[in-house]
Amino acid sequence: MSSLTMRPCGDFRTSYKQDNTIFETKTIRYAAILSIIALCFAPLLVDSYFITLLIQISYLGIAALGLNILVGYTGQISLGHGAFFGFGAFASAWLNTSFSIPVFLCIPLAGFLTMGVGMMFGAPAARIKGLYLAIATLASQFIIEDFFARAEWFSGGSAGSMAEPLNLFGFVFDTDQSFYYVALFSLVFMFIWGCNLMRSRDGRAFVAVRDHYLSAEIMGVKLNKYRLLSFGVSSFYAGIGGALYAHYLGYVSAEGFTIFMSVQFLAMIIIGGLGSIKGTLMGVIFMVFLPEALEGGVGLMKMTDWGNIPMVVDGLAYIKEMAIGLVIIGFLIFEPEGLAHRWTQIKNYWKFYPFAY
Amino acid sequence: MNFELLIQLIVNGLIVGLLYGVIGMCFVLVYKSTQIVNFAQGEFLLVGAWVCWASLIYLELPFFLGFILSLCFMAAFGVLLQMIVLRPMIGEPIISVIMVTIGLSIFFQALMKWIFGVSPQSYPQVFDTQSINIFGLNIEMAYLMSTIIALIIMVAFYLFFKHSKHGLAMRATAFDQQVAQSLGISVKQVFAMSWGIAATVSATAGVVIGMVNGVSDSLSIMGIKVFPAVILGGLDSIVGAIVGGITIGVLENLAEFFDSQYLHIGNMYDIAPFYVLLIILWFKPYGLFGTKDIERI
Repeated sequence: MSSLTMRPCGDFRTSYKQDNTIFETKTIRYAAILSIIALCFAPLLVDSYFITLLIQISYLGIAALGLNILVGYTGQISLGHGAFFGFGAFASAWLNTSFSIPVFLCIPLAGFLTMGVGMMFGAPAARIKGLYLAIATLASQFIIEDFFARAEWFSGGSAGSMAEPLNLFGFVFDTDQSFYYVALFSLVFMFIWGCNLMRSRDGRAFVAVRDHYLSAEIMGVKLNKYRLLSFGVSSFYAGIGGALYAHYLGYVSAEGFTIFMSVQFLAMIIIGGLGSIKGTLMGVIFMVFLPEALEGGVGLMKMTDWGNIPMVVDGLAYIKEMAIGLVIIGFLIFEPEGLAHRWTQIKNYWKFYPFAY
Repeated sequence: MNFELLIQLIVNGLIVGLLYGVIGMCFVLVYKSTQIVNFAQGEFLLVGAWVCWASLIYLELPFFLGFILSLCFMAAFGVLLQMIVLRPMIGEPIISVIMVTIGLSIFFQALMKWIFGVSPQSYPQVFDTQSINIFGLNIEMAYLMSTIIALIIMVAFYLFFKHSKHGLAMRATAFDQQVAQSLGISVKQVFAMSWGIAATVSATAGVVIGMVNGVSDSLSIMGIKVFPAVILGGLDSIVGAIVGGITIGVLENLAEFFDSQYLHIGNMYDIAPFYVLLIILWFKPYGLFGTKDIERI
């Protein structure tokens, strides 16, 4: 059946291999490969502002995928993801400047360091869950934030720290266009890794812990191990995303990694769809383009006579924040399963187009 | 060792702790009766304080009239919020419920910043004397009033839950929703009422704190500070919330004292409660007074 370009209605998977493929049909696989190739040519086609947005999508997307593995697949809650993202950024800059380790090694090393920190703060997850876990991770957010402001040897204190651009075999990735390829490669690599992790034994154990942790434990899934591992994987992704962010901007300051950032990561995966890898990407794209769209809308309004209200034009920053809050509430009330679910529904609608019953 | 400062700080801690206790009580009330963790608790304080401020400045009402007006507004606000936003969330997983209240918190925080600006505003003078001297300690009038109000609220809570029909209905709903419903209690009404009460009482706390420190964005931090307090007491114990609130209030002032005298780490006032919170969760995952979750298949 997998040779068909489209699936028939209903799920007719007859072998284990079919159930386990990354791409459901050949068409989807070709479409994915083609879109990656198309993205490779993006710097030639679109202007550099759009490229910065795409880079933003890449590093945020990597971190958001980590959070989705933790929240969407393992069913834990973390309100401290923004702090872990920041830790990755500082760790990479610190490793580079203090030990003069080359940047391309710093990025994965920063990931592992963040993984350690994440597992340390995730350790209460072995005993607590739900609300208590949410509040414990909230505490870790504030503690790590405080650490950034305090530890001058690590983060440069309130002055922030500089991060060198990525340098690979003498080629320096210091422009938007060149760094774009690094970001795109990392995104594709981390997403394929995420897909494969979810197809492995560990991935299935995560889902089992989420769906019914008591049954999972009875069936021999080590609960504490997988809860902790999930925190580790999620922080690893956050660390990689943060490190890319640091070496892209060239400068990390402690102010950016607040609880608001953690909430934005959660918003991304909720809007995209909990427990969906392609949904993660959709959510990130949505959240990156939402402020841009608002800015464009207000810009258009400013040109007309009736729309040039000083309150709206000056309060754009607040309108953006309010929009994020509203979008979170709106999606949870009207589309709790996120954009990924909506996408499936649209596909189903067109599959049976004239004869939908 | 500077004893005078220490005692002053402990008294301040007790007073602020009582306020934490009041806010924590609202938090526990909402959690117990509707199973929702309210991350927008701080925004109740913020909205209430701003509404009261606006009614005093723009409408030029006398203080007590403006205060009562803002309390009425907040009661309606809480009920409407429950009906519009939180009723659809009944039966959804915990992460969704948490995220909805976080969304509310972001929304109202930004809205208040948009309407009233970011700079702190102070209330017009309410009392003739700014602070009074009791046993050699300087206590601000507003703090004294806040202590009295906090005690009144606590007694009122006790009487309400112990002796009124609605209080009994709310206790029954907290105990078991299905049983309460089958006995003819309107669970919807109870939910709306608990949000209304929580919003009103939090707004009182917001106005009191606003009178001392001025109204600004930082009021909403109170909503986060209350987490260590309620975790210390256990999420579903009202007495625990009061005890936890006072403990955290004293503790953060003590941390500030020892830090400024000996350690010089800085910022301990804000961060010490969170260290305590993590330590508590390590050793007593359900707080001091919370009920243990026992799960059966």
